[in-house]
Amino acid sequence: MSKNVSIKYAIDWTTVFYYVVLVFMGWVSVYGASYDFDQTSILDWDHRAGKQFVWILTAFGIGGMLLLIDYKMYNYFAYVIYGLTLALLILTIFIAPEIKGSRSWLVIGPISFQPAELAKMATALALAKFMDSYNYKLKSYKDLLPLVAFIFIPFVLIILQKETGSALVFIAFMLVLYREGMNGIFLLLTVFLILLFIVVIRFSIIPIGINQGSLGMVLSMGIITFVQLCYAFFFAKNKREAFILLLGVLVIVSISIIVNLWFKLDFNYVALFTVVASCIYWIVIEVFYRFKKYLLLVLITIGSALFCFSSDYFFNKVLQPHQQSRIKVLLAMDEDLSGAGYNVNQSKIAIGSGGLFGKGFLNGTQTKLNYVPEQDTDFIFCTVGEEYGFVGSTLVLVIYWLFLMRIIRIAERQRETFIRIYAYSVASVFFFHLMINIGMVLGIMPVIGIPLPFFSYGGSSLWGFTVLLFILIRLDASRLERMN
Amino acid sequence: MINDTLQNRRTVISIIITVLVLIYIIRLFSLQIIETKYKSGADSNAFLNKTQFPPRGLIYDRNKTLLVYNKPAYDITIIMREIRNLDTIAFCTALNISKQFFIKKVDDIKDRNKNHGYSPYTPQVFMTQLNIEDIATFQQSMYKYPGFFIQNRTLREYAFPYAAHVLGNIGEVSQRRIEKDDYYKSGDYAGRDGIEYTYEKALRGVKGYEILLRDAKGRIKGRYEQGRKDIAPKTGENLTLTLDIKLQILGEKLMAGKVGSIVAIEPTTGEILAMVSNPAFNPSILVGRQRSKNYNVLLNDPNKPLMNRATQAQYSPGSGFKTIQALVCQEMGGISEDTRFSCNGPSSYPVKCTHHHGSPVSLLNAIEQSCNPYFWNAFKSTIEKDGYGAKNLIFRTNYDEWVDKIKSFGFGEKFKDGDLYEQSRGYIPTQKFYNKVYKAETGWRALTIRSNSIGQGEILATPLQLANAMAAIANSGFYITPHLQIHDSMKQKIHHTKVDKKYFPIVFEGMSRVFESGTARASRIEGLNMCGKTGTVENSRGKDHSIFVGFAPRENPKIAIAVVVENAGFGSIYAAPIFSLLVEQYIKGKIERIELQERITNIVTNKNVKER
Ligand SMILES: [Zn+2]
Repeated sequence: MSKNVSIKYAIDWTTVFYYVVLVFMGWVSVYGASYDFDQTSILDWDHRAGKQFVWILTAFGIGGMLLLIDYKMYNYFAYVIYGLTLALLILTIFIAPEIKGSRSWLVIGPISFQPAELAKMATALALAKFMDSYNYKLKSYKDLLPLVAFIFIPFVLIILQKETGSALVFIAFMLVLYREGMNGIFLLLTVFLILLFIVVIRFSIIPIGINQGSLGMVLSMGIITFVQLCYAFFFAKNKREAFILLLGVLVIVSISIIVNLWFKLDFNYVALFTVVASCIYWIVIEVFYRFKKYLLLVLITIGSALFCFSSDYFFNKVLQPHQQSRIKVLLAMDEDLSGAGYNVNQSKIAIGSGGLFGKGFLNGTQTKLNYVPEQDTDFIFCTVGEEYGFVGSTLVLVIYWLFLMRIIRIAERQRETFIRIYAYSVASVFFFHLMINIGMVLGIMPVIGIPLPFFSYGGSSLWGFTVLLFILIRLDASRLERMN
Repeated sequence: MINDTLQNRRTVISIIITVLVLIYIIRLFSLQIIETKYKSGADSNAFLNKTQFPPRGLIYDRNKTLLVYNKPAYDITIIMREIRNLDTIAFCTALNISKQFFIKKVDDIKDRNKNHGYSPYTPQVFMTQLNIEDIATFQQSMYKYPGFFIQNRTLREYAFPYAAHVLGNIGEVSQRRIEKDDYYKSGDYAGRDGIEYTYEKALRGVKGYEILLRDAKGRIKGRYEQGRKDIAPKTGENLTLTLDIKLQILGEKLMAGKVGSIVAIEPTTGEILAMVSNPAFNPSILVGRQRSKNYNVLLNDPNKPLMNRATQAQYSPGSGFKTIQALVCQEMGGISEDTRFSCNGPSSYPVKCTHHHGSPVSLLNAIEQSCNPYFWNAFKSTIEKDGYGAKNLIFRTNYDEWVDKIKSFGFGEKFKDGDLYEQSRGYIPTQKFYNKVYKAETGWRALTIRSNSIGQGEILATPLQLANAMAAIANSGFYITPHLQIHDSMKQKIHHTKVDKKYFPIVFEGMSRVFESGTARASRIEGLNMCGKTGTVENSRGKDHSIFVGFAPRENPKIAIAVVVENAGFGSIYAAPIFSLLVEQYIKGKIERIELQERITNIVTNKNVKER
């Protein structure tokens, strides 16, 4: 018992305060989103707000229990927890019933549970443990590979459960790796590849001429060339090489335009030829002048060129029509208001109609009348936007921001690498959920069905986030214990 | 602690998070503060303005007898999705229907082959046009049956199966009318024809709105702000018509088996006492579910029962026109009381006389005996009294004056300041018309257009115009625009004829003698001095039209009437007794000449016009 008393002072009550505030706001929003006109009490157990209250109480219980566990156990059992979670994920693929097209829910009596929610915590623990080992230093690309494996295995398993949204959350761990020394170029590369993908898809529907390729491909090759120029000019600081490359590209472009006057060219191949030619150019410089700097550039160039061609293929051949449609709507290529565009449009109407101060508690017509699909789960932020307006929505965002900043602060005050890495994992996961979920509701991110932490209705996600956070709070509280 | 070179990555990550939160706040600002389209988007999604139809105004006759009223009708609708814990047996008992009926009805509603627009989320009609007794029990226990609703409707009901042309009817509004008047929405009902059309705005009242909240599937979730923003419907205004329903019914009965019309006007007020057009129909057949079927039958009937002959049919006025001619010719100085013209009976030239009587004829005798040569001479000496002048200018000026004075009795134009729907203009030929027909301003003169002198030729008039002209004579020089609603403003619409009062007594006397010793001797009423004029109008198709115009009593006339019976023959045989019976009914309040009434009622001049 004496241990518990000491923990009470060690706990970071600021974080707990943000947590409670967000959970409470979420509960009120769930009540608002699922409010029906003939129902009065927020504590009606047959009702979603009533059920959510039960989830909240149990989540508090789980959080409290986690605080009682010895902090050393988390480090000690990290791989065990990770292994068990992977086993559970595999099991889920086989025994989960199909719900809305995915096999991710384990149903035990009255309780349904999504093991994917646990996988974030397990992966965070495993990563932290691995990077905390004595002989580990993230220095070269080789050191990255085991980390990528830790992340990639649950990612693939969750993809196999057809829960693409939850799987994508694992991308968030890139931020942790970045913090622990991964070259920042990977983050930039990720952004660069996403940009390329968007350009290829967005402009692939614009043909240059009959069988002469698409604007998307030519533009993306143009971007790659531009990146090469920037690399050579700013990073490698070889102005002469950069100038020669620019000249060469301009020559190829002008020759092909002149030739095109008599003989119609396929500009996809012209663009590809330009990129291949530039690669050969860098290899020649590499070999003759022994500039080591250009090997990476060649790899990036070839990789991104392949990426462009494959993303075209991936979009048109691999993606399901409804997934294509979501991306098309987002890229404003298609305004399908009855299909994929409906949710986002109704969501924007709900938020936009909130105005400065909102319509007031339970007065939102968009959400009350079920115009926004999934309004108490993935689209819960609509209720906030409609009923509390710009002021209320901004307040929620600001509390999230304070919450995330607090976690980063906790991370940075740790002496143990294990806890710091875990803390960054927690921050990254919450950040990723916030970015995707609210971005989707605001119509600037694709419709990826992941919940808004502490707001979205459902015990599984609330428990998952609570576990994730309270392990951190417990680990953080151990600072004082160790001092003692 | 890790080395300091990685410490700045904390800053980078913090910046990434902060920038993203800022981007989202900016996005929120643009969605919620700058853009305005989303507000209206939410409103049009959520608010359903449910129309509340006001009861239509009632219609009474001049004696406050109720003619048209509303029959409340109720539809029971179901929203399948909202039915919960239905006690079928109690429900069927409440509506007094069998369980089999209920099951069959529900199956029919759900059967998309029979009910194309079926949706479990929208109201489906379960039973229609129920009356208050049918739903009384159900209404009290409605709360027990979620998903079932009562939709209030009203239907027109008619106290008498008569006066269909006057009253008009109610039908669904046309697209054109919706575009012209944004009061209407598709599917609304509005007055068509007659009084229902002309007084539509007063009768319809003002629609109310109940603002309901509607969810994404179209289900009604409740009332907006508990109904505080609702607008209550305003009941339509009641109308009192000038019609005397007893006279109207008598007129319609007398016209049974005949084609034609009757218009009766109270001269001092211009109030239309009766307006009959036959063939007619029972107005209640154009109500409710049978409406469109019956309407098509009427529309395709070759006898055109939908046409209101009283205002729309145009006839040569015939001899009745001689009374107007007598007045105008006196006024223009073409003749005087003492002017006599010779008549050689049927051998007269250029206009034959249909009667044998002494010669020369005075104006009084000419009216009494309907002497055609007299009126031809009178016409000629009126418009040619000053010769022709250069290019017939003087003659044509006189003709214009004659046209102007004839028109001052209400001929040749529609009554535009009244409340009558669908009138024909009639026709008084203009100078321009003849200049064109005879290809020159000098190409015609009195002789050319002599038929006009006796009410034949190019002159056309509606029964309404004839009755109105009789009212103008009865008033000795003015008429009030004939109208159908009793209203003080209507009585102000006085039109003076361009004939001096002093010329009227001789016409009264002549028309009175028609009953004493003239063509209408047989239609006299003991102790009642009537004025009238028989007309028999030649008709290119079939037998002559029988026409009678007149007013009664001679002193302080109370009723002016025009009767037209198409293809019936002599005016004295058909039209005059009808006139006489109508006067008897109106002045004496009842018919004593039952035999005459029955005889006239039983006459069938057109076998295709069925008795009703
Ligand atoms: Zn004669």
